[in-house]
Amino acid sequence: MENPPLIRLEDVTKTYHMGEVEVHALRGVTLTLEQGEFTAIMGASGSGKSTLMNIVGCLDRPSAGRYLLDGREVSGLSRDELALVRNRTVGFVFQSFNLLARTTALENVELPLLYGGVPTAERHRRAAEALARVGLGDRTHHHPNQMSGGQQQRVAIARALVNQPRLILADEPTGNLDSHTSIEVMALFQELGRTGITVVLVTHEPDVSEYAARIVVARDGRILSDHHRTPKVAVPAPATAGEEPAS
Amino acid sequence: MSWLMTFRVALRALGRNKMRSFLTTLGIVIGVGAVIAMVAIGDGAKARVEQAFASMGSNMLVILPGTSTAGGAMGGFGSQPTLTWDDLKAIQSEVPTVRYVAPTLRSSAQVMSEDQNWTTSVTGTNPDYFQIRTWPVERGEPLTASDVDGAVKVAVLGRTVADKLFGASDPVGQVVRVKNIPFTVAGVLAAKGQSPVGQDYDDAVFVPVTTFAQKIQGGLKNYVAGQIFVGATSADTTDRAQRQIEGLLRDRHHLQASADDDFSIRNLSELASAQQEGTRTLTTLLACIAAVSLLVGGIGIMNIMLVSVTERTREIGVRMAVGAKGRDIRLQFLVEALTLALAGGVVGILLGVGLASYLAASLGWPVLFRPDIVVLAVGFSGAIGVGFGLYPAHKASELDPIQALRFE
Repeated sequence: MENPPLIRLEDVTKTYHMGEVEVHALRGVTLTLEQGEFTAIMGASGSGKSTLMNIVGCLDRPSAGRYLLDGREVSGLSRDELALVRNRTVGFVFQSFNLLARTTALENVELPLLYGGVPTAERHRRAAEALARVGLGDRTHHHPNQMSGGQQQRVAIARALVNQPRLILADEPTGNLDSHTSIEVMALFQELGRTGITVVLVTHEPDVSEYAARIVVARDGRILSDHHRTPKVAVPAPATAGEEPAS
Repeated sequence: MSWLMTFRVALRALGRNKMRSFLTTLGIVIGVGAVIAMVAIGDGAKARVEQAFASMGSNMLVILPGTSTAGGAMGGFGSQPTLTWDDLKAIQSEVPTVRYVAPTLRSSAQVMSEDQNWTTSVTGTNPDYFQIRTWPVERGEPLTASDVDGAVKVAVLGRTVADKLFGASDPVGQVVRVKNIPFTVAGVLAAKGQSPVGQDYDDAVFVPVTTFAQKIQGGLKNYVAGQIFVGATSADTTDRAQRQIEGLLRDRHHLQASADDDFSIRNLSELASAQQEGTRTLTTLLACIAAVSLLVGGIGIMNIMLVSVTERTREIGVRMAVGAKGRDIRLQFLVEALTLALAGGVVGILLGVGLASYLAASLGWPVLFRPDIVVLAVGFSGAIGVGFGLYPAHKASELDPIQALRFE
């Protein structure tokens, strides 16, 4: 094996204590994701898919088991060490975009670089580049409330991309978008996969998961099924007038 | 993240909520403004008291004759003529810390010019008196030693008396009649203003003590029927002069060690320092009350910062997700609190200075701004910002990013 897999989970469990009740969110998950793979994690609410994503994204630590991210054991890192890993290696895309209000697209995209200690001029340049990459080069000084949902999600993707992460985690990224815009976002993810970025998509929508090359289905804290297949290619229709914001 | 960036992020966050930021700083603005205004006004009041005492005379002691005791009834100070002219001469010649000695014989009398009359206090004294009181003539000539030696019928008028009797015309060289005795006006004293208790110093007429004794009192007696003013050589020697005079007079009056003094000495610098002490206490009290409002302002900042942390939980979650460490979040909120407090401090200083200037102008007091108080107020508001920002900032930095991102 010339390269270690980007993500290697070995018998990972996660148990929450809610008062006297123990909640077993993950009951032993073993999973390997290779570099550049576009994987969809599916499952009903309560299946443990969110917990899995939090652990993969270094927002949370497993109760037991090993997690090797790019060959490095991260399950025992401190809060601040995990923050550093997130800053360098992981990009997040959320269902509700989670952009800072009353803050320009450019500044939103700059946020990870700010905590990465990147100097101002380089920060501006890289943020503008990331915005151009998601097709928003002309929207750098717009505020989130001046943009459509699709545009906001693309700003969020630019923010996830800006620090050149190895892994992008998308938690229901199309949950607040119409089907047309969803296809655009999926096309963007497929393109990122082709450049070697590993994309992990958490969703419960089967038609969204069709764009992924691998489907992992979780249930009751375990992996129910895991199979590869030929993904549907997302072809975005030319932008229609209805998608443009009223700015 | 650099300090500069943290500061910019904080400013931006505050700018998003301008009205709230303004209202939050208001507590500190009022607190700092109140402290600065109170201290400035207090210092102004103190300076005014000092001025008033300085106008009474510098390094001044007043010796009063003793009390008479008739059948157990104490007559009060001055009721017994125990001070002699020889005592006066002895004080002058034997006490080294004494520079000036002036007897004052006083009587209330009607003073008449050609067409006006005015009842005022007429005092017989010598030139030393005006040195003790630091009271120069404004026009004409002061009383001289030869006036006293020759019992010359000259008078020096206080400002008020000159105005009442002569109005706009020049009194120097004119004649005033005191108890029908004509005195030539030698000079008019400079205006001295009011005593600390509101008595008009300028409502007085001064004549040579010898002339007073012969013409107004009705013959020179062998005792001084009034008070003796003494001027010490300096402010530092005033207390020593008091002790030395006391020793000298007890000696001259052959008092037993157990006997009470048959005279009393008033030390005005003691009175002045007591007054100043009172003003200082008042200033401290006012400043303390103002400081409490600063504290309340600090609690206001903490309150708003706590609300802000709750409100921006998601923002904190996002920041943490993209790599903010606990320390970055803590610093951001701390700097926000500090900025609020310092901005309040600066505005408060302007407010305090403005308020004190206005009050001083309307009360006619001197305004004194102490730079140390300004520095203290800024430092204190900064400390309040950090102190009361610490808890909310810590709370923000301890948030779990997963919970924070899920927060609705």
